[in-house]
Amino acid sequence: MDNYTPKRVTLFAGHYGSGKTNIAVNFALWLKSKVLNVKIADLDIVNPYFRTKDSARVLDNAGITLISSKYANTNVDLPALPEQTYGLVQRRDSYAVLDVGGDDRGAYALGRYAPYILEENDYEMVFVANFYRPLTANAEEALEVMREIEGACGIKFTAIVNNSNLGNITTADDVRATLSEAEKLSDLSGLPVIFTSVDEKINVNENNVLKLTLQEKYFDIKEN
Amino acid sequence: MKDKVLMKGNEAIAEAAIKAGCRHYFGYPITPQTEIAAYMAKRMPKIGGTFLQAESEIAAINMVYGVAACGLRVMTSSSSPGVSLKQEGISYIAGADLPALIVNVQRGGPGLGGIQPSQSDYFQATKGGGHCDYHLIVLAPASVQEMADLTIKGFDLADKYRVPTMLLSDGTLGQMMEPVELPDVTPVKVEKPWAVTGTKNEREHNIVNSLYLKPEILEKTNIERYERYALIEKEEVMYEEFMMDDAEYCVVAYGIASRVSKNAVLKARAEGVKVGLIRPITLWPFPADALKKASDKVKAFVTVELSMGQMIEDVRLAIECKKPVVLCNRTGGMIPTPEEVLESIINLAKEVK
Repeated sequence: MDNYTPKRVTLFAGHYGSGKTNIAVNFALWLKSKVLNVKIADLDIVNPYFRTKDSARVLDNAGITLISSKYANTNVDLPALPEQTYGLVQRRDSYAVLDVGGDDRGAYALGRYAPYILEENDYEMVFVANFYRPLTANAEEALEVMREIEGACGIKFTAIVNNSNLGNITTADDVRATLSEAEKLSDLSGLPVIFTSVDEKINVNENNVLKLTLQEKYFDIKEN
Repeated sequence: MKDKVLMKGNEAIAEAAIKAGCRHYFGYPITPQTEIAAYMAKRMPKIGGTFLQAESEIAAINMVYGVAACGLRVMTSSSSPGVSLKQEGISYIAGADLPALIVNVQRGGPGLGGIQPSQSDYFQATKGGGHCDYHLIVLAPASVQEMADLTIKGFDLADKYRVPTMLLSDGTLGQMMEPVELPDVTPVKVEKPWAVTGTKNEREHNIVNSLYLKPEILEKTNIERYERYALIEKEEVMYEEFMMDDAEYCVVAYGIASRVSKNAVLKARAEGVKVGLIRPITLWPFPADALKKASDKVKAFVTVELSMGQMIEDVRLAIECKKPVVLCNRTGGMIPTPEEVLESIINLAKEVK
């Protein structure tokens, strides 16, 4: 990650369940170690469970501003986005991380901000790939999802992140086994793989790795 | 790469149904189970199956009734308020002795309630949510792997006994992601001589119906069906015991509550309280014998539920009220923390020595 120069706006999109939220939060924390002002916005209006807001305390402690629907994690299943999100793409006074909803359906909401992002032209549109997800199990299927998302939001991808994992049983070998598939997706799309993201508990000796600190969940059983 | 994939519980249900030979799915979107319909919409056209978003839950369950009558594996899914709408159709399917799989990814209620997880449809699922005398086989998964495995099992049981089966899950299990291995299944081939498949002028018409004009015949049909239920109660009970060998206290919990409870049991053991857990996997038939056996050796029970206390009644019945049973619960979309369950166990151990 040391050689990576961040753009003003970084967007994470991809197949739902590919790990966009975890990466967006961890990327924002990494970004905060490089630059002064970082804001993160949750643009997911499709899935009401497991949101950026789950990490509100971590982000707050790090001094990162979280922009999230006031209805996230509540009983209101309302597809609304807060007005502050416009500030991120119009005022341009801080670095911005945008956590986009999954698939093309989740990416439609990004469309309303796309003209400002394209006009400023200082963004990285990142496709998050997990080749252990059944509907994006190889480069060809992942490419199909990429094109669907681009069609929905009006912004073309500029980079790929390989976040292949099997949840809490992932081993370093499982990650390494997907590197060639990520390269294949890179060849097919003509886009660089800017980093591989890996749970910090897993030791992968590869270049360009973003270590992820993941939240523990109350239902993760810790057998002795 | 491993044979495992990373899936949401809802996706695991959908893919497992396809593996089990289900080629007909009828549904209507509702959080937190919409991924099942979305997955089916994507996959069914690719494998020559039928995905249909019905105009309502009521329409969807009656489409299930129709396909089940044709002898084909069929599924519908919804969440609590939507499953209430399906109840009339479910009673008809039970009354016509048809196999089908109905999935309920429960959310908080009553009424419109909320979209967060709950287990408060236990009564509805196990006691007959629709009208009159009938049972569903009710399966309660506790992991994404079990969402897949019990979906396949549900189709097999439904076919074997000609009884509609319900997979009773909750919003957390539906939404959470875990590694899962989807087995290659050869669907159990069950002869269905009763199915309406066209006579080809070679046999008498089959009639699928739940209407009986003569009460004597209806009574006889009901009694025969209950003989089948008795067989299911004898043959198909499933449960898991966790640290029960030397247990002095017993936690009873199913589904997501059992996972929180397992963490609490481990914490209580670390504090020197000998506690174990019984996890019903079939909610109907209920593992009454296992609980009765446990009641001979443990001092008291605590049931952990995401409801105001429903399964607790079956626990008391199973142990014939021989030992105290207390409730540890959250409701309305809230989930008890392992610490809350631990506190319940510790308090129980202090009160019942």
